[in-house]
Amino acid sequence: MASSIPASPTDRPLSPWGEAWRRFRRHRMATISLGILALFVAAVVLGPLAWRMPIDAIDFSATTQGPSLAHPFGTDDLGQDLLARMLYGGRISLAVGLAAMAMAVVVGVTIGAIAGISKGPVDAALMWLTDLFLSLPQLPLLLLVIYLFREQLKAMFGPEGGVFVLIVAVIGCFRWMQVARLVRAQFFSLREKEFVEAARALGATTGRVVWRHILPNALGPVIVAGTIDVAAAIIAESTLSFLGLGFPPDIPTWGRLLFDSKDHLDIAAHWALFPGAAIFLTVMAINFVGDGLRDALDPRRVL
Amino acid sequence: MGAFILRRLALALPSLLGISVVLFTVLALAPGDPFAELATNANVPPEVRVHLRASLGLDDPVALRYVHWLVAMLHGDWGFSFISRIDVTTLIWQRVPVTLGLIGTSQLLALAIAIPVGTLSAIKPYSWFDRIASTIALAGFSLPTFFTGILLILVFSIRLDWLPFVYRSDVEATGWHAVVEHVRQAIMPVCVLGLFQGAGWTRYVRSAVLDVVRLDHVTTARSKGLPERRVVTRHVLRNALIPVVTLVALQMPAVFGGAIVTEQIFRIPGIGALLIDAVLRNDTPVIMGVTFVFSALVIVFNLVADLLYGLLDPRIAYR
Repeated sequence: MASSIPASPTDRPLSPWGEAWRRFRRHRMATISLGILALFVAAVVLGPLAWRMPIDAIDFSATTQGPSLAHPFGTDDLGQDLLARMLYGGRISLAVGLAAMAMAVVVGVTIGAIAGISKGPVDAALMWLTDLFLSLPQLPLLLLVIYLFREQLKAMFGPEGGVFVLIVAVIGCFRWMQVARLVRAQFFSLREKEFVEAARALGATTGRVVWRHILPNALGPVIVAGTIDVAAAIIAESTLSFLGLGFPPDIPTWGRLLFDSKDHLDIAAHWALFPGAAIFLTVMAINFVGDGLRDALDPRRVL
Repeated sequence: MGAFILRRLALALPSLLGISVVLFTVLALAPGDPFAELATNANVPPEVRVHLRASLGLDDPVALRYVHWLVAMLHGDWGFSFISRIDVTTLIWQRVPVTLGLIGTSQLLALAIAIPVGTLSAIKPYSWFDRIASTIALAGFSLPTFFTGILLILVFSIRLDWLPFVYRSDVEATGWHAVVEHVRQAIMPVCVLGLFQGAGWTRYVRSAVLDVVRLDHVTTARSKGLPERRVVTRHVLRNALIPVVTLVALQMPAVFGGAIVTEQIFRIPGIGALLIDAVLRNDTPVIMGVTFVFSALVIVFNLVADLLYGLLDPRIAYR
């Protein structure tokens, strides 16, 4: 019991976020991963400003070269600089991951909240829909949707924007189910709590109760799931690009670079290794951060 | 048990219907008119075109078109491939065994890794073994299948030249040699898929065992003086596997995704490779057929998981 009392007057109790940060730092791999992620984000955001090599400068005198001073990551079969391409492609890969996660979280929270606050048939119908989406084979459907809608979106948003919107929307549409289930479960336990009852007794509308009282308390698991979703979305985009069905060749996302490299493995291994390692490190760092956040945001855990 | 199986079967049908609705909706919403080409063809008079559309039922309301489509699918009439000019069903059935073989062996490999490693980790949590195993599991879980495939090809086919990296269904050798060749060419694809799933499941098994180990009945079993091995296999694992079965079933869609990628990397002639080919060549009937088969397979595996669930936990089956 004594440990819950501050030891001295100067030892002020931490804010909830401060407490979470303290718990997060105890997870060593998660802290290191956060550093790696920060480095990657800084590299793709600021890197192209520092490394001014154009991504599409063709140089037939220097094709499929290994790493050197002029080209730290080597060159591809057209002599294009791989470091520049990876820095540019990384922006797209990370942007797709974040945007798709945002979409999945918004859809998931909305559906989970509606299901969690309304009992009976609405809840049952929404959960049936969630279960149905969970049992859909995602990759085949992603391929089907991309195949059917690609041309139209290209016409609407241009070749780059169209593919971006399509991939983000499609990945977001197939990843909201976990979030919806988590939010619903949180709502079920939170809406019976005394503080919610008190808010209702004070005359708060359902919308206010949900927005001000229940949602903020349900956020912990959603943040964890959202973090993992970024990793899943990055893998999904890379998979599509790797199958040759994602971004066009002039947008060298990491998956696209791997797709282009796979027929030259015997002469240019570096071409596959650098983008592959970038995907692997990013995804692993995100997963570790998710692990750390789970430790940090789970109030049942005593650390 | 019989009634339980029947009840589960009855529950699987609505999901299959739901999936068919999703598939049809996607197809119906898609832009592009199958008659676009005829519309610009001066040799086809407009009234012939209108008549053709009506006779093929393209002007019917969506609901009616769905029913027609569903009935045709149920009769096994899945249309012709635009490219290879044979029945979609024949094309798919030729290739399903390859995919199922790949998925089956890799899942066995995954379980053979995940159950022992996960259990050992959970029995001694935060030991060195657990830390190393958990870190490797998280790393393996973060390695996308397409990159592992490329790494294995680089190491074992190109550097060491031990294993072939293109899968061939027509191996030239005969007898024993043919078997050896088949095994040799299957090693890498099975490892790619199996290690990825194994890494993910190790985490599930670990947390499930961790939950069960703390329960009172395990303490009781130990205090009765049962040997540790027996406590773990009989009292811990059986209970811990129940949530794992559910999670494995939930992972099936991801497993199929991994199978598609693996088939594409190693050029294995399964339905995943067929799907990619069909998408690249605009072969709509094949795309629809393969997607439907994948969906049906997911539901079948969920059904199997439900039955296993009933087997592991009799309370569920007899309720």
